[in-house]
Amino acid sequence: MWLQTTWFVLYIFIISGYAILDGFDLGVGMLSPIVARNDRDRRILLNAIGPVWDGNEVWLVLGGGALFAAFPVVYASLFSGFYLAMMLVLMVLILRTVAIEFRSKRPEAWWRSLWDWIFTISSYGITILLGVALGNVILGVALDQQGNMSVDFLDLLNPYSLALALVSVLMFSLHGAIFLTQKTTGELLEKIKSLIPKLLITFFVLMTALIAWTLLRDEQFTQNFKDRPWTALFPILAFASIAASWLLVRRGAYLSALLASATMIALLLGAIASGMYPVMLRSTTNSAYDLTVQNASAANETLMVMFVFALMGMPFVLLYTAGVYFFFRGKVELDDESY
Amino acid sequence: MSVEDLHRIQFALTVTFHFIFPPLSLGLGLILIIFGVKSVRTKDPKWRQLSTFWVKIYGLIFSLGIATGIVQEFEFGTNWSRYSRFVGNIFGSLLAAEGIFAFMLEGGFLGLMLFGGTRLGNRMWLFATTMVVTGATFSAFWIVMANSWMQTPQGFEIRDVGRGPQAFMTSFYDVVFTPSFIPRILHVIAASWITGSSLVLSVGAYYLLKKRHVELAKTMIRVALPVFAVFAVMQVAVFGANQATQVARDQPAKLAAMEGLYQTESCAPMFLLGWTNPDEEKTTGVHIPCLLSLLTTNSFDAPVTGLEATPRNDWPNVSVVFQVYHVMINLGMLFVLIGLTACGFWIWKRKIWNQRWLLWVLVSSVVLTEIATITGWWTAEFSRQPWIVWQVLRTEDAYSPNVTFAQVVFSIAMFVVLYIVVFIVFLRLLDRRIKEGPPPPQDSEETESLPDSFGEIFRRRSRVSSGGK
Repeated sequence: MWLQTTWFVLYIFIISGYAILDGFDLGVGMLSPIVARNDRDRRILLNAIGPVWDGNEVWLVLGGGALFAAFPVVYASLFSGFYLAMMLVLMVLILRTVAIEFRSKRPEAWWRSLWDWIFTISSYGITILLGVALGNVILGVALDQQGNMSVDFLDLLNPYSLALALVSVLMFSLHGAIFLTQKTTGELLEKIKSLIPKLLITFFVLMTALIAWTLLRDEQFTQNFKDRPWTALFPILAFASIAASWLLVRRGAYLSALLASATMIALLLGAIASGMYPVMLRSTTNSAYDLTVQNASAANETLMVMFVFALMGMPFVLLYTAGVYFFFRGKVELDDESY
Repeated sequence: MSVEDLHRIQFALTVTFHFIFPPLSLGLGLILIIFGVKSVRTKDPKWRQLSTFWVKIYGLIFSLGIATGIVQEFEFGTNWSRYSRFVGNIFGSLLAAEGIFAFMLEGGFLGLMLFGGTRLGNRMWLFATTMVVTGATFSAFWIVMANSWMQTPQGFEIRDVGRGPQAFMTSFYDVVFTPSFIPRILHVIAASWITGSSLVLSVGAYYLLKKRHVELAKTMIRVALPVFAVFAVMQVAVFGANQATQVARDQPAKLAAMEGLYQTESCAPMFLLGWTNPDEEKTTGVHIPCLLSLLTTNSFDAPVTGLEATPRNDWPNVSVVFQVYHVMINLGMLFVLIGLTACGFWIWKRKIWNQRWLLWVLVSSVVLTEIATITGWWTAEFSRQPWIVWQVLRTEDAYSPNVTFAQVVFSIAMFVVLYIVVFIVFLRLLDRRIKEGPPPPQDSEETESLPDSFGEIFRRRSRVSSGGK
């Protein structure tokens, strides 16, 4: 039992790692047409994430692999049930990768503008699709006894999930904007700085509304917090982190604000996880068909092997992730190797 | 056409497209390490020049490998949900291990490797490159391990805990070291080194033919040709033969399909070219008598099991397997010929530089090695059918039952359009890079000023930059 719960926590950790790291580079993609005025600006934005976006995306791959290994039944049910949505996720992931890679390889204006748009649209696409998927996971899906479901793509686009997608867009844009303060200079930096308070306030209002909506519509969710009062720390500390990032932004301490917004993302995901635990995928047809941490996990032998791997591997992962960010710290300067 | 066929077509399509890239990044990675070591040892600026040129191509190849690789990881869940539930305990853990040990290493150091030319000294750049290539090689290990378990599964038992039968791991060691793993990983790594070095050979030969960057082109060939020739020979003589022995021992029906052998016979022939008709159970063509017996059992008259030993509904598509296998085998032998001929002309008074026909052959080599790699994988995967896990789970019992015909048609159409566009753009950008050629040599004083140890990297306050453009 402790192994299954540990893996659930580790899984949320990986998802948070993905949301924090890829979150800011998706945010940069979404902000690009709003803050960049010319080709040079766009290249600076692209090179701000240039050396790290690949590594960030690997956290999604790791998330997929960890879900497959630790909770194979959830992996199989979720991915096949959301078939078309997953295919679209794959499409935008590929488009985004090639857009970053292809964009600056040719000088023609039409070429660059084409890939700029694909970069931006695919950044929105990934954020919205993942937000919609998470929304539907919270709402529950029509799982049958075999753990199969098939959700029509249009049914995925319900108001609650779309609201969650919108909040995700704002959250990643905010996170991306704060990240960019570390990478940009001059007018571009001023423009980003003036955008941050607006993004922060809008995000704060909508996120609060969404949390209220979640608690009001979902009794089980609320009940879980009542049963495990300490887990209320997640949403409370998330609010504290937003407040902290507001104060830090006002004082111009953007690096600390970036850490605050990263903490907030992890805490919000922690809040969703603690509202659902031990359920991972709720069945709307019959609660007996719920996929839980216990009934959907891999066997203990597998979890143990994987746990040892995680203990061996994760310290290195964190070490060189930190090392690479440290090495590429500082403002972007364009050179021959830039995108 | 059934939904099962569509799922198979989609997987074959996406995995084939994906596997264009990994062997290039493994093999080119090896060449980049050689350049890096040379650069550290000799301090000759030409090695950095070559690294700078090839690392950009590496980046292009690598990013497509990542983008198309994510598709593969997701497809087990989206298209093969019953398979995923059945093997999650085993297969999933190998994929997750790949994520932790391999992808993270690659992803973490890729930025340093790609941007190292203007930011890192020789030793640290070599370090970053080595880390990425090590990650890529680990990745090959884990994925071939997972695939080998599907070929020769062991270390598990099947239990039903409420959601139908599932495989449970009984020994992780047995899961990792299935009988086919070592022969197959050696075969795949050697193939990748051949493929990667052929890309370098191909570009070097092209420059020589066009009389551009002649000295650098010669250096490319001097580095890549020995790798190509040595591994082409070893592939046929050691790794490939070794794998044939393994297949004969563990999966006789598979070997029989590859060679179109219907009756169990001693002194079984090996075909070079031919045609097989599974309905009449007859194979005709150019063959060498008794060679198959010799290769698989080390004895001329030992019997080789034919397809007759296997029920007909457990046969793969024998004609397809036979043909793709022979394309691979014949190309493998052609690489030995190309490698040895080129080495011969090199040793013989360096005549290789003027043999235009031979240079054209080298230009084409990368296409041939890619075809060999892909037909090799097709052989491995088609001949495993109708099993998705050899003699344990059938492919027809493995696809997602909740995904409709129309949905798969849509996703196949999406991938076809997307991959065609991406591939065309990739080839044009590659072509452009190659035509632009290597950059001018770096100023050695500038190289000297770049940080070249962990201490220097972390002490320095701001990065060194060569200025914007």
